[in-house]
Amino acid sequence: MNEHAIKDLLYKLADDQLILGHRNSEWTGFGPILEEDIAFSSMAQDKIGHSLAFYTLLQELGEADPDTVAFTRNANQFHNSQLVELPNGEYDFSLIRHFLYDNAEIIRFEMLSQSGYEPIAKVATKLKGEVKYHVLHANTWIKNLGSSTEEAILRLQSSLNEALPFALGMFEHSRYEQELVDAGIYGGEEAVKAEWLQRIQAVLEKTSLKLPDLETLTPKVGGRYGEHTEHLQPLLDEMSEVFKIDPTAEW
Amino acid sequence: MSLTKEDILTLLEEVKDPEIPVLSLVDLGVITDVEVSGDEHVTVRMTPTFAGCPAMDYMRKDVERTLEKHGISKHTVIMSFDKPWDSNKISEKGRQHLKEFGLAPPPKYNMVLDLDILEYATCPYCNSENTTMRTPFGPTLCRSMHYCNDCRQMFEQFKPL
Repeated sequence: MNEHAIKDLLYKLADDQLILGHRNSEWTGFGPILEEDIAFSSMAQDKIGHSLAFYTLLQELGEADPDTVAFTRNANQFHNSQLVELPNGEYDFSLIRHFLYDNAEIIRFEMLSQSGYEPIAKVATKLKGEVKYHVLHANTWIKNLGSSTEEAILRLQSSLNEALPFALGMFEHSRYEQELVDAGIYGGEEAVKAEWLQRIQAVLEKTSLKLPDLETLTPKVGGRYGEHTEHLQPLLDEMSEVFKIDPTAEW
Repeated sequence: MSLTKEDILTLLEEVKDPEIPVLSLVDLGVITDVEVSGDEHVTVRMTPTFAGCPAMDYMRKDVERTLEKHGISKHTVIMSFDKPWDSNKISEKGRQHLKEFGLAPPPKYNMVLDLDILEYATCPYCNSENTTMRTPFGPTLCRSMHYCNDCRQMFEQFKPL
């Protein structure tokens, strides 16, 4: 098996988690209600823990240590989807992104828990149980708010329309896509996307929200290949500020 | 005198979860294996509860400190996902201690953890099952928040995972 293919898969998983974890952490102290402040802070902690698990697998494959990998690369070296780097916006946008992202992530982890590459299978088996709570949280709020007041529905619908092209970018194929599928390491993005559509549709059907016609949308791709929006580099600069002052500091 | 696996497990009963000081790491189920080799080298294997739990590194160091306190200088503590932790690994004694501490123990489940189980909790104060989950995210990653509709108190549950 081509080691580059496995590394590419691990980078995309880890970078998504790290970046969304940092975006979620920006809600700490700013949540619309105390429980949501805590929820986004907890999910941030989980996701950064998940990124560490994947960066650790990368280190075992010869990459640099997790802190160096997380805090010393520039935007064009990151493999996260553009969806996760977008600014938080209002709560409706963060909630929609969380709903679209975590419903995809749990499918990835379920699939990877069956991976033929054992180190990934072990980590995914562990993490999928934790992400279940993220999905439960997202789906509950989408169901509640998506069928509540006119303003809530309008705002969520507008955020859904805005986020969807970026969400489709999550399923951008790796250059090793077929190789990974053939080797039984990963079921592939098309399979994840098909299952994801079914699951998010099932939730949206219980609300007044409508899924826009996907055929009319152009997915925002490039993130998996280091092409990012103008929002990623400033986020990385902020994340790595302390690390860069003294990379050898002992904590 | 040679040490056995059981001796080490007994010593490790002293190490408690830093956030739930009544629960030992052995009863929590995070100690997955102990080996004592011929030259008295002790290897302890641990598995994280939640991958992002900041207490895990503290727990690992606490295990090392406890081994040294008992004169075991040759030791290795390994943290891995080889045997992933789940809440069914909390022992009966651990569950009892959680309840006495005022934390609802996680419900036991058979293999498939579905939404019903995540939302279900028995009130640790009055044993009522007439409870409502308020949020799956509590003061620590391993706790969710619930409300008892009978005794009308908020309570926390150690989450099923």
